[in-house]
Amino acid sequence: MSMDVADSFVGGFSLDLGFLAEASVETIHSGLSALDVCGMILASVGLVFFLGAAVGLYRFPDFYTRMHAAGKGDTLSSLLILLGFGLITLDDFSMVGWLLVVKLLAIVLFIMLTSPTSTHALMRAGFEDGVEPVTKGSSSKNTKKEGES
Amino acid sequence: MTVEGFTVFAGAALFVLMLPALYRVAVGPTSFDRLVAVNVIGTKTAVLLVVIGTLFGRLDMFVDFALAYALLNFVASLAVARYLNRTRSMPAKKPAKRRTPRKKKARAS
Amino acid sequence: MYPFLIFFLLLLNWVAFSGKFDAFHLGLGAFSALVVTLLSQDLLFSDRKKSLGDRLSEAGRFLRYALWLLWQIALANVHVFKLAITGSGQAEIAPKVVTFKTKLKSDFAKFVFANSITLTPGTITIALRGNEFLVHAISEATAKDLATGEMERRVAEVFEPEVAV
Repeated sequence: MSMDVADSFVGGFSLDLGFLAEASVETIHSGLSALDVCGMILASVGLVFFLGAAVGLYRFPDFYTRMHAAGKGDTLSSLLILLGFGLITLDDFSMVGWLLVVKLLAIVLFIMLTSPTSTHALMRAGFEDGVEPVTKGSSSKNTKKEGES
Repeated sequence: MTVEGFTVFAGAALFVLMLPALYRVAVGPTSFDRLVAVNVIGTKTAVLLVVIGTLFGRLDMFVDFALAYALLNFVASLAVARYLNRTRSMPAKKPAKRRTPRKKKARAS
Repeated sequence: MYPFLIFFLLLLNWVAFSGKFDAFHLGLGAFSALVVTLLSQDLLFSDRKKSLGDRLSEAGRFLRYALWLLWQIALANVHVFKLAITGSGQAEIAPKVVTFKTKLKSDFAKFVFANSITLTPGTITIALRGNEFLVHAISEATAKDLATGEMERRVAEVFEPEVAV
């Protein structure tokens, strides 16, 4: 993708953010380093996995199977995209850059710990509430609709 | 392909891929479906904040927002899950038949 | 012993998140870490009888386990991607609920095991009642994979080498 396509994404108005950039870390360089390329590849793989999760969330037949898509795809795709942008940020190896990477790693670790936990909490709440799992034979999508019980 | 172009593309792709989840929030047959989708959107918003920070060149600021957002998202989804669980099972009518009786001693969770 | 460890872990967290190294901010960090340690140090590391060396070797084994788990997560995502995108994947979906008993004792080992089940291909923990796991498997094959008990063996090797089968 070239730069003009990127401009058309933003829709013509220019991002005048000079007031933000004054005291900022220089994260975006004009050239491409090896780290940038690695980061882009990681982030792209993460986006592909998120595509799988999103399509699964849309297409899967019942609550529990959708949970499979959300619980797994969400974790790894967030991890990969965050690590990818961490690598993109880290090309000057400054102190501030390393601190940013540490913070990104903290977010990654946090998501790795909490995503399965909240999945589990939701699964359990749904199960105890009596949402019926579909099985191979049953054709009905969800036996229980919202508002019953 | 420049880094900035890729960043804009990644942000746009993240946004577009949130739309199926938003569909699930709108029509999901049970409230739990909606909650799952909200959870996914929340996690991806934290990621989107990091992308936006990279684009603006202020990642040192936006990464804190992303961290706080991830924390809040987890607490919120946990709280709503517990809330739905408790309110549905509280009324005086009998609990669902399938539900196995809880052993009081063994309940470690 | 353990209160000091917790204090330094908290202080390390503070330094990483604040990113400022002057005396004022470091002093604030030390004060906050001290207060948090005094108030709630009993929440972390429930088993205080283990020596620090044991903890360290446990952490090393856990790192190796985490690498294996990352590979399993990647496999799980490819699996979900296949199920979601391809037509044959859609036909493969045949969910079932499985129950089994675990041999793990400590709460933390059970927590790691339950989260690992959720992250590996095709299975999600629904509930954990005492020693009994309730697991939702998305197809027959994944349920069979779980029944081999390989993951439980790995978790037991990390946290409870004495009960490892």
